[in-house]
Amino acid sequence: MSSAPLLWEYTVPAGTHWSGLLRRGVALRLTDIDGGANCSMIFFNPEQKLERYNMPDTLKAQHTGMLTRGHCLYSDMGRIFCSITADTLGWHDPLCGVIDAGMARKKYGESHYQQQRNDMVRNGRDSLLVELGKYGLGKRDLGPTVNFFSKVSADAEGRLEYHPGHSKGGASVDLRFEMNTLVALSTAPHPLDPAPEYRPRLVKLSAWRAKPAAEDDLCRNHCPENQRGFINTERYASF
Amino acid sequence: MALISSKLDPANAVIDEICLAGEPWVRTICCGQVFRILDLEGNQAVDTLFYSAHEANEHYSATDTIVRQGSLYLTTGSVLYSSEGNAMLTIVADTCGRHDTLGGACAAESNSVRYALDKLHMHCCRDNFMQGLIDCDRHDAQAAKLGLGKRDLVPNINFFMNVPVTPDGELNFVDGISAAGKYVEMRAEMDVVCAISNCPQLNNPCNAYNPTPVRLLVWNS
Repeated sequence: MSSAPLLWEYTVPAGTHWSGLLRRGVALRLTDIDGGANCSMIFFNPEQKLERYNMPDTLKAQHTGMLTRGHCLYSDMGRIFCSITADTLGWHDPLCGVIDAGMARKKYGESHYQQQRNDMVRNGRDSLLVELGKYGLGKRDLGPTVNFFSKVSADAEGRLEYHPGHSKGGASVDLRFEMNTLVALSTAPHPLDPAPEYRPRLVKLSAWRAKPAAEDDLCRNHCPENQRGFINTERYASF
Repeated sequence: MALISSKLDPANAVIDEICLAGEPWVRTICCGQVFRILDLEGNQAVDTLFYSAHEANEHYSATDTIVRQGSLYLTTGSVLYSSEGNAMLTIVADTCGRHDTLGGACAAESNSVRYALDKLHMHCCRDNFMQGLIDCDRHDAQAAKLGLGKRDLVPNINFFMNVPVTPDGELNFVDGISAAGKYVEMRAEMDVVCAISNCPQLNNPCNAYNPTPVRLLVWNS
């Protein structure tokens, strides 16, 4: 992918939010420049916004409770928004969703633009709701996110463990879009990040033109479920 | 895991109904009422969602529930949280011991991915949920007022279903730990609409390949 010409780059400042359209055939690299970033993303079909990322369908199809290279992010219509074609980390969290205003206030205290200007505490839920509102989507449409760069594991009893320091500076993950996708993201801290101070990190976005998934593609052949997911997606995207 | 039983007598229930395999059930449950789901024949996944009875914007949230209790599975003492961070229900009795928060609902399209492209026609939880929401105006005016549909089908609870995640991050559907007569009981902390799909799935062990009926009971406080 890195040999293809760069389409655009944008650095999402720490703790802020962004949204945009990624078309089929575009690859997006997320880079955690400083280490310790969290990037919470959600995905919709811009042509039919009732079709959205589905966490359970993504996990069930691939028999996984975490996401890394080879995995695909599924819509609730049996199609693939994007494939994870490269990953320097090996674990991204799909389970925990985002921090909301109440949790952020409890953890970081009161924060207002009046005093702090653009360093104010933004929470992931309100950030995503603001982005979704730009497309006519709202609270009923906001489900679980993929939390790139964060790791949360579970023990035999299901107790969750957040892994601080999981993502080091320079870590990156590549998403190849298999259908036109509306993406919204927040760089607010993970809801289980135990750090008492509010210290979000920036995330750099880099977009390239990507080749379509070949017959021997790693993500397509990760499991028989993904082969069928690619067939569903290609039938939809080809017309 | 500690199993907690209930002293409530079905003879005193204000609702006592059977939901057949592969059928939906949608009812308003008022704050303070106690709601029991009884697995009549064993290993039956009961896909369940809750909404504020007054506000379609507020729905059960798997992620809020998981994060706020710091644990993936549900049992006695678990609080089911809404997308607004409010307690919707508290599990007060559980003779099964573990219920799933991650498996979601089967759908025609996801069945085509998970099993085979020609499974698209098979009856599934999403169709069942949608049928229940379409029909709820016939028996529950409060639920019908919310105007719920596909966009509201967020990740649901699967009562009696066993979907362990390993420390290495693997996730699998495995044989249930429920059995005939096991039940889970919860107290409503707010007025909620409960939507159930009594799972029709025939392609994996979540229903032991044999979907069966469940009994649904509600008591006044």
